Amino acid sequence: MTPPSDSPVERMNVVIVGHVDHGKSTFTGRLLADSGALPEGKLESVRAWCDTHSRPFEYAFLLDALKEEQAQGVTIDSARCFFKSKTRHYVIIDAPGHIEFLKNMISGAARAEAAILLISAPEGIKENSRRHGYMLSLLGIKQVAVLINKMDLVGYSQSVFESIKTEYGHFLTGIGVKPSAWVPISARQGDHLIAPSSAMPWYTGLDVLSVMDAFHKEKPLAHLPVRLPVQDVYKFTQNQDDRRIVAGTMVSGVLHNGDEMVVYPSKKRAGLHQIEAFNVTPLPQSVGPDQATGITLTTQLFIKPGDVMGKAGEPEPVVGSCFRANVFWLGKQPLVMGKRYKLKTGTAKVPMVVSAIRSVLNSASLTSSTPSEVQRHEVGEIVIETAKPIAVDLVADHPITSRFVIVDEYDIAGGGLFIAHDDHPSVPAFELEVDTHSSVDLGTRQARCGHRAGVVLITGRHALSQVQELEAELFHQGFSTMCLDALSPFSLPTVTTVAHGLLSAGMLVLMATKPDYVSAIGHVLHPFDCFISEESTATTIAHWVK
Amino acid sequence: MDQLDRLESQSVAVFREAYREFKQLGMLWSIGKDSTVLLWLARKAFFGHVPFPLIHIDTAYKIPAMITYRNQVALEWGLQLIVGQNQTALATKQTFPDGAIDRIACCKALKTNALNGTLDGTWPRWKLDHASGELVPDSKPTPFTGVIVGARADEEGSRSKERTFSPRGQHHDWDIADQPPEFWNHYKTDFKPGTHVRIHPLLDWTELNIWEYIQRESIPIIDLYFTPPGGTQRYRSLGCYPCTQAVESNAQTVDQIVTELRTGKFAHIAERSGRAQDKEDGGLETLRREGYM
Repeated sequence: MTPPSDSPVERMNVVIVGHVDHGKSTFTGRLLADSGALPEGKLESVRAWCDTHSRPFEYAFLLDALKEEQAQGVTIDSARCFFKSKTRHYVIIDAPGHIEFLKNMISGAARAEAAILLISAPEGIKENSRRHGYMLSLLGIKQVAVLINKMDLVGYSQSVFESIKTEYGHFLTGIGVKPSAWVPISARQGDHLIAPSSAMPWYTGLDVLSVMDAFHKEKPLAHLPVRLPVQDVYKFTQNQDDRRIVAGTMVSGVLHNGDEMVVYPSKKRAGLHQIEAFNVTPLPQSVGPDQATGITLTTQLFIKPGDVMGKAGEPEPVVGSCFRANVFWLGKQPLVMGKRYKLKTGTAKVPMVVSAIRSVLNSASLTSSTPSEVQRHEVGEIVIETAKPIAVDLVADHPITSRFVIVDEYDIAGGGLFIAHDDHPSVPAFELEVDTHSSVDLGTRQARCGHRAGVVLITGRHALSQVQELEAELFHQGFSTMCLDALSPFSLPTVTTVAHGLLSAGMLVLMATKPDYVSAIGHVLHPFDCFISEESTATTIAHWVK
Repeated sequence: MDQLDRLESQSVAVFREAYREFKQLGMLWSIGKDSTVLLWLARKAFFGHVPFPLIHIDTAYKIPAMITYRNQVALEWGLQLIVGQNQTALATKQTFPDGAIDRIACCKALKTNALNGTLDGTWPRWKLDHASGELVPDSKPTPFTGVIVGARADEEGSRSKERTFSPRGQHHDWDIADQPPEFWNHYKTDFKPGTHVRIHPLLDWTELNIWEYIQRESIPIIDLYFTPPGGTQRYRSLGCYPCTQAVESNAQTVDQIVTELRTGKFAHIAERSGRAQDKEDGGLETLRREGYM
């Protein structure tokens, strides 16, 4: 079957951003209507809806599909709209402008390759005009066009247009964004959307659709080193399948069958035996950026999700557990030091803490301060320490594998970029490779001990004397207890190894340690019940393990 | 890479993320074209395998050819199939075709409620026994924590605002005004016990993309979509026969459907225009807030 000549070859995601009520949904609705992208009857049905609900017709109603959005006249969540110009297909992402919905704006913008930022001519530059501009630069969107909207309300005045252009242009220059175009428009009247307008003869530039068609498609990252974050390792046995396939999506670089691969962070090596695929004959010889793929290796290595595969001889990713990073925070709770979060980067998911907050920037005013936490909608420079080493890149070296998000409890609460590697983590990170090969299972051991195996981490000022007292008291009550000193960073791996052994033997272990070490110990001992406390009594512990 | 390559790779990555994160994973399968592409993408993601069960909600008003086709494909490809149904509503004739309730209430009873009861394992459900080729009761109906659904953003307004990983509350409710942030390729995959997640690998696909992909991959598809030789009508969208109208069309092959969508009579007519329940006030958004796919 040969593809027809007008087969769609290119699609681009463009996000529409700007302050609330500056006309984003009206612009998008009008653009869809004028370019003939709406299905037959859609415009008429929205007009009819407005009539029956006694509301003046708004192009925005084409996008604000939710009942709550129409009732309040505000966009709550980003909508995807599909349309095509003469040169390519577009997905237009209409983002909300209200500060309350910044997380939805970011969810929309992070999918985009280019952005259109609207500023209302009568209102001028507002808080979210600046905040959205800054977020675009943080998200790595380099192509931006600025539309000065509602020109009809300022008498199509060139001087209003020029003064906003000068002021906002200055702001964008400060954050490293160079707009590809400035267009005066009236979304409601349709001026300069898909054709020149006689209302502003002083403007000789392109209309918006032409500006969009002039955005260029970002090139795949074939020129960067191979980065294949391991999403999973499959061994499906149905129908005598004996392949062990390492699956993931190529972020950058190009791989060929026979290449020598390196797995990070372990740095173990194996040859690429075969690039696998379903319904592809013959199987692929090579695979490049953005392709979901799977490979079999010549040697069976222990590879797990979260590892990164690279190609031997190419620049290596940074392997470490302590990084400086810029983070923008969306969480309902502020980002604080010492709290255990989950870091997701590439396909890795590891516990992390913030060990320092260097500075905090208000994302609208760009004023900075040095408080002890990062509030919602602020941008912070922080130090992240992970419970075990991860393989990532720094933003100067790689635009994609330098990205991460932070999960607080159950929610993605922030995102950011790694800017530097720190060699001296204050929280030691380590992994245990212990297997006792015991033939008696833990349940049986626990049954004989009469209590569950578990570890109590005491972090108070008198932690050591406390664990000694608790050990004796609980021992005399009939518990199998042992206390351990985990206060020194240097002996931490050894002491934790001992704890692991004792727990495997079914014992109740009491460890004196520091708050900073809790996540590292907890990570290693996670198969067992773990109880963390500043101080504890024998009664509460006894109750807990019974 | 062209547009279809990109869509395929993105969807495959979503499938793999879902499989990695959710131990109790299932995929809704309605036999239609989107489900067919979904199933194909699962086999792409897992190299020919489908390592989770497919779930079909049988309203008893599906076009009969759909049920025959469903069982045939499941047996042929060795798929695990689970079937759920609102037998109470059917037995007591509380349906729209019985004249008892309106279309929206019928969708809620036969689809939303049946889906919710099937997903959380509280209602009886059936599974396909590959030895006999028959449906047998599922004796251990465990709840699903992740459900893959073939919703597309271009279908209607509330779907245009969906997340790829979209959380549902304990009562299967969708909090549309407070959806989790989702950016780059990071989705919400951590959930409170008792909640579940709808996973949408096809959000960025349009109806045209679906048919172009079926064409490119030569994916087998149920023939209700084609106008039979000598006929004048075909289905553009499959659903329950009392609420789904066939469309006038001459398209007898996948190639002809692609042409019809790209430049022909359907280039500017919405796909769900044949679905009657969408036309009632608030239709699909109301249904979807309560757990409808």
